Amino acid sequence: MNKARTNPVSAAAMHGALILYTLIALFPVFVILINSFKTRKAIFREPLSLPSSDSFSMIGYETVMKQGDFFLYFQNSMIVTVASLFFILLFGSMAAFALSEYRFKGNLVMGLYLALGIMIPIRIGTVAILEMMVATGLVNTLWSLILVYTAQGLPLAVFILSEFMRQVSDDLKDAGRVDGLSEYTIFARIVVPLVRPAMATVAVFNMIPIWNDLWFPLILAPAEETKTLTLGSQVFIGQFVTDWNAVLSALSMAILPVLILYVIFSRQLIRGITSGAVK
Amino acid sequence: MQASRFRWHIVIFLAPAVIVYTAVMIFPLFNTLRLALYTDVDQVRTFIGLGNFNRLFGDPRWSEQFWNALGNNFKFFFIHMLVQNPIGIALAAMLSHPRLRFAALYRSAIFIPTILSFVIVGFAWKLILSPIWGIAPSMLDAVGLKSLFAPWLGKEAYALVTLSLVSVWQFVGIPMMLIYAALLSIPEEILEAGEIDGITGINAFWKIKLPLILPSIGIISILTFVGNFNAFDLIYAAQGALAGPNFSTDILGTFLYRTFFGFQLQLGDPYMGSAVAGTMFAIILVGVCIYLFGIQTRMRRYQL
Repeated sequence: MNKARTNPVSAAAMHGALILYTLIALFPVFVILINSFKTRKAIFREPLSLPSSDSFSMIGYETVMKQGDFFLYFQNSMIVTVASLFFILLFGSMAAFALSEYRFKGNLVMGLYLALGIMIPIRIGTVAILEMMVATGLVNTLWSLILVYTAQGLPLAVFILSEFMRQVSDDLKDAGRVDGLSEYTIFARIVVPLVRPAMATVAVFNMIPIWNDLWFPLILAPAEETKTLTLGSQVFIGQFVTDWNAVLSALSMAILPVLILYVIFSRQLIRGITSGAVK
Repeated sequence: MQASRFRWHIVIFLAPAVIVYTAVMIFPLFNTLRLALYTDVDQVRTFIGLGNFNRLFGDPRWSEQFWNALGNNFKFFFIHMLVQNPIGIALAAMLSHPRLRFAALYRSAIFIPTILSFVIVGFAWKLILSPIWGIAPSMLDAVGLKSLFAPWLGKEAYALVTLSLVSVWQFVGIPMMLIYAALLSIPEEILEAGEIDGITGINAFWKIKLPLILPSIGIISILTFVGNFNAFDLIYAAQGALAGPNFSTDILGTFLYRTFFGFQLQLGDPYMGSAVAGTMFAIILVGVCIYLFGIQTRMRRYQL
């Protein structure tokens, strides 16, 4: 049908360009991962070769396990990310339901007010946020991070979810009302299950920036027992700059969880972006 | 009908989001802008109007660093606009080709750097570019370009460009995905109509697709702008709070961090920090307004 659009030369050129860029994108990750399993000598002598039986070594990982409390950091990151996502989705979908379902005075203004935060980064308010967290005693607790990330994620969540909730058919909800369901039951039992794909998109969008953030952990929760994995690896690597084995292993340990999450969720993420959720 | 009865459920649905958002985001934002008008006189918070901004823009102790950071931030932004977005568009154009094999594989692989944290990206590139390890020089040697190698991150003249390119490497996935989505939404009939008129291949891209995706290019431009003027993590991870060498990679985010928290000999000053944050807010606001009122409304939108 559309044979005119593909000729073999241009197809080969496209594959060439894409393979080249894919190599550029993956090369640093690959180099870090393979070298983390090598002895110090091999790291310097043959940085680009795969670990062999000669050069294989886990010494870097041993140092990391001994020196840094990576399980604690990992646990902190997990708690912060999961809790923030939970609140973003719960509060975000509730607000989105109110805005998309009911006509009331101030609906438009409320929508615009909540949308302001899509474009304005929350970091601008850091000075006052720290002051507030100190005043309320939340500094150096995971709650300070959870609150900040929830506030940061809400604007886009409300925006995306209300777009999707507008598409839920009125007949379904009215049928529920006729059956005597309360507004809360309609929200929880009818609307939320129908917008589950949109909620997954919102979760995936928010997950990566929260997990990777360095700014707020550094400012609000730098204490040893509240360090997130991102901050923990930053500090660890800063202390062990000259121990190449340890640095490479710490980097690999920081890469792996994200990579695993990405493999699990990449479909959802890509579908979310390409379905026009952020257009 | 229901006017007589107050609909409490609307309040209950809205309250949690509005309260958290107002208390943790909007209120601190304005409070920070307010704090920028105060200073510390003998440990007492004193109102000094625009004094902090005068110091920031005019007092050589502050202004030199501020203008340096602002200038660097603009360079950082222009490099993203000139390198990241065109590469992103080119990749998206190739990926959206209807007959391309392995498109999903390329797409997922090219997006991987975007999901990594700045700490990983910063250190990984620092190691790769390091003259001690020698990966970069030996790779250049392999293609006969060894003479081009320099410890880029350690040279004032190159460090900012190098870090900008690392940041481009990390974030190229975002414009790629957004443009890819826009290209997929172009209906087949339009392209077929163009084909009948003899517009195919690269011509179809320039004459048909590009004008249709201009709104998406506008969106990625403003996202790049906001992201760049609020950047901090990569520079901090790779070069530390001092944004070395000799502040050549200092941007507003790292400058804000140093001003607010202090470093080495300088004490942190929350009021000056607020003034820096206020300036960043103004810059981002101007950018967003230019986009919303100057670009978005004038852009020709085609009904697809």
